[in-house]
Amino acid sequence: MRTFSRPGGVARAVVRVVRRVGLGVRWYVTTLLGDHDYVRYVEHLARVHPGAEPESVRDYWCSRHAVAEVQARCC
Amino acid sequence: MADIDVDGALIEPHIEAVAGLERTWTDRTSPPVGVIDRSPMTPRKRLLFAVIALVGAISWAMIAFVRGESVNAVWFVLAAVCTYVVAYRFYARLIEYKVVRPRAYRATPAETYDNGKDFMPTDRRVLFGHHFAAIAGAGPLVGPVLAAQMGYLPGTIWIIFGAVLAGAVQDYLVLTLSVRRGGRSLGQMAREELGRIGGAAALIGVYVIMIIVIGILGLVVVNALAKSPWGVFSITMTIPIALFMGVYLRMLRPGKVSEVSVIGLLLLLLAIISGGWVAGTAWGQDWFTLSPVTIAWCLIAYGFAASILPVWLLLAPRDYLSTFMKVGTIILLAVGILVVRPEIHAPAVTSFAIHGNGPVFAGSLFPFLFITIACGALSGFHSLIASGTTPKMLEKEGQARIIGYGGMLTESFVAVMALVTALVIDQNLYFVMNAPAALTGGTAETAATYVNTLGLAGAPITPADISQAAANVGEVSIIARTGGAPTLAVGMSKVLSGVFGGSSLAAFWYHFAIMFEALFILTTVDAGTRVARFMLSDTIGNLGGVAKRFRDPSWRVGAWFCSAIVVGCWGAIMLMGVTDPLGGINTLFPLFGIANQLLAAIALTVVFAVLVKRGLLRWAWVAGAPLVWDLVITMTASYQKVFSSNAKIGYWAQHQAFLDAKASGAQTFGSAATPQAMDAVIRNTFIQGTLSIVFAALVLVVVGAAVAVCVRSVRVGGSPTSEDPELPSHLFAPSGLAATKAERDVQAEWDVRGREHVSAGGR
Repeated sequence: MRTFSRPGGVARAVVRVVRRVGLGVRWYVTTLLGDHDYVRYVEHLARVHPGAEPESVRDYWCSRHAVAEVQARCC
Repeated sequence: MADIDVDGALIEPHIEAVAGLERTWTDRTSPPVGVIDRSPMTPRKRLLFAVIALVGAISWAMIAFVRGESVNAVWFVLAAVCTYVVAYRFYARLIEYKVVRPRAYRATPAETYDNGKDFMPTDRRVLFGHHFAAIAGAGPLVGPVLAAQMGYLPGTIWIIFGAVLAGAVQDYLVLTLSVRRGGRSLGQMAREELGRIGGAAALIGVYVIMIIVIGILGLVVVNALAKSPWGVFSITMTIPIALFMGVYLRMLRPGKVSEVSVIGLLLLLLAIISGGWVAGTAWGQDWFTLSPVTIAWCLIAYGFAASILPVWLLLAPRDYLSTFMKVGTIILLAVGILVVRPEIHAPAVTSFAIHGNGPVFAGSLFPFLFITIACGALSGFHSLIASGTTPKMLEKEGQARIIGYGGMLTESFVAVMALVTALVIDQNLYFVMNAPAALTGGTAETAATYVNTLGLAGAPITPADISQAAANVGEVSIIARTGGAPTLAVGMSKVLSGVFGGSSLAAFWYHFAIMFEALFILTTVDAGTRVARFMLSDTIGNLGGVAKRFRDPSWRVGAWFCSAIVVGCWGAIMLMGVTDPLGGINTLFPLFGIANQLLAAIALTVVFAVLVKRGLLRWAWVAGAPLVWDLVITMTASYQKVFSSNAKIGYWAQHQAFLDAKASGAQTFGSAATPQAMDAVIRNTFIQGTLSIVFAALVLVVVGAAVAVCVRSVRVGGSPTSEDPELPSHLFAPSGLAATKAERDVQAEWDVRGREHVSAGGR
């Protein structure tokens, strides 16, 4: 309630909501497409095999395409 | 506080139930790995669901009983959404409690085999996007468009209730089966659960059905692009764009996937806009006006290239583009329908539904409506995806309901929107576009004359109307543009230009829609060819001896050989459709639907057998009822396609009619104008009739094997299934798209622990 008592407060609240939604959409799209997969892989390796040398970004994507089967796409 | 004993568990989870809140631990030093709120529904929630159910019932009444000039599209959207919400909350949850019984203490394959590459626990909301992008394609868009010839009511009922009671159940249960089996494929599960013969029949069935599906979807693209320089240019441009994206990701900026996708998307929009300019020039028309046969050959070359080229170069970047386009356009269409709220001017049920003499495809409502609308209501192809990549990415067993069941409900909603979009266009125009060229003739005059004999409601259509409709969307002709895609594009153009840009952008939106459908289908074609190639080389490799070498996917000779066979198979079917004197879509689309629904029968049979083996006899109907219904429609349709004496429906009757005509020395017969065309019909109907028999026989073998397995199992009171042994889970994640209060509390405990772990010197 306090926030909405001044016009500036309303504007700030709107900016905050827009910012949150924007960040959410960005998180979703980048995660969906796989931007964070490499970082995740490095963290995972450090957790499961501490001390193991992770592949470089380039090698990670090469071997990932080699390992993963192609997903069938439905009609 | 009460400890609950979990019977038959190999691991010993600790489960506590306090005040309706059931929490599960696998390790008492960590926060719980699962929490379920088992307290009864609050009165407010009950009221909410009562209101949703009431709104749904009113909407259904508006669609089904209110007869007037027109129905507003909003009622369709409301009826669909309310039905989905109620089904998801009550029916899917019943299946979850009684049949699936997810266990929070069990690790999923994604957790067990996590390698950060193909096995990787993925946020449920992200996985929902992946799964939806993989199951939704052109099928839910074109099937309902073709089925619109029977009126709006039967299609709407089947799309919504078919999804709720059959399609979503299949997707959900196949996913849960695969998750408990290390993410194994449907073919492998069939072999393990049904034995060698059932498994082999299922594997061959899956392969043949994939070939048919790719061939006929290819035919839809060819029909959408033929005689359209704009469309051909835009689609051609997607290939260099994808190659550029692939090289960019590999060489320039590895891992920057969303960056390159945004660049690719902008280039794609440029390709659509510039298509209009190119089609306006003399050289553009010269180069990009291709005959259907040429386009078909280009598609064959493309499929072969996609199958042998490295995935990163062509397939992966196209997939990024297509995911973007898919999610974006579907949201756009939903917004368009809600903003424009178009009126639907079509009868609830047409006479074609009753008499089975419709020009778009022959046969009466039962069984052919249920065959024509496969994707969107029940689609066997989904079982390949639910037992493919998705189970290897699922974090927790409890999330399978939102991914499997919820994903299919979303696709069903897409199908409802496609049906609505096809129905907002003028009925006369609908038949001008969808009746085969053999009936409409090639010109506006003959098409108008033909359509006016159909006895549709409203004013008769004039040749000028037809030419004007084509000019409005920037096409030379829209007569006999069968396959559903152009019709949907006209509808989408009408809806979207109502929101953005008005009539000046109608041509842009038409080509945008064509592009989006073609992109979907090409993604199915390229990925499907590659998947089928791997299936084929695996099968050949398993023969042993010298053939063993085929197991090595990097062996170039094997890859080329298998790719050529796969492409040759579906290419032949596509070319058969493209050159078919009888029209192509009207003869082949039923085969596509039958194939897809028979694959669903295989999937549901495997699920049913597993339920019986597990001793869940009381609940086996959950898979058994849709299985019986599916078998009834597919077997009736197959029977009619093989044995019907009506040449319009029965492949063999048509075959015989043309053979007789040839024997009598006729030079032309029916819509075949030359002796060569007559020979083509004789050959095509032979192939189509043979395929119908092969499909049905394969499925009957699978069902027979399953019945034998079930009878044996019931006699001995249940038998072991091929479920993997339990391994304890060490991670927590909410089940639904939005986390509940209890789930947020547990998540907070894990977050605190994660921070302590970091400060204690962990990473």
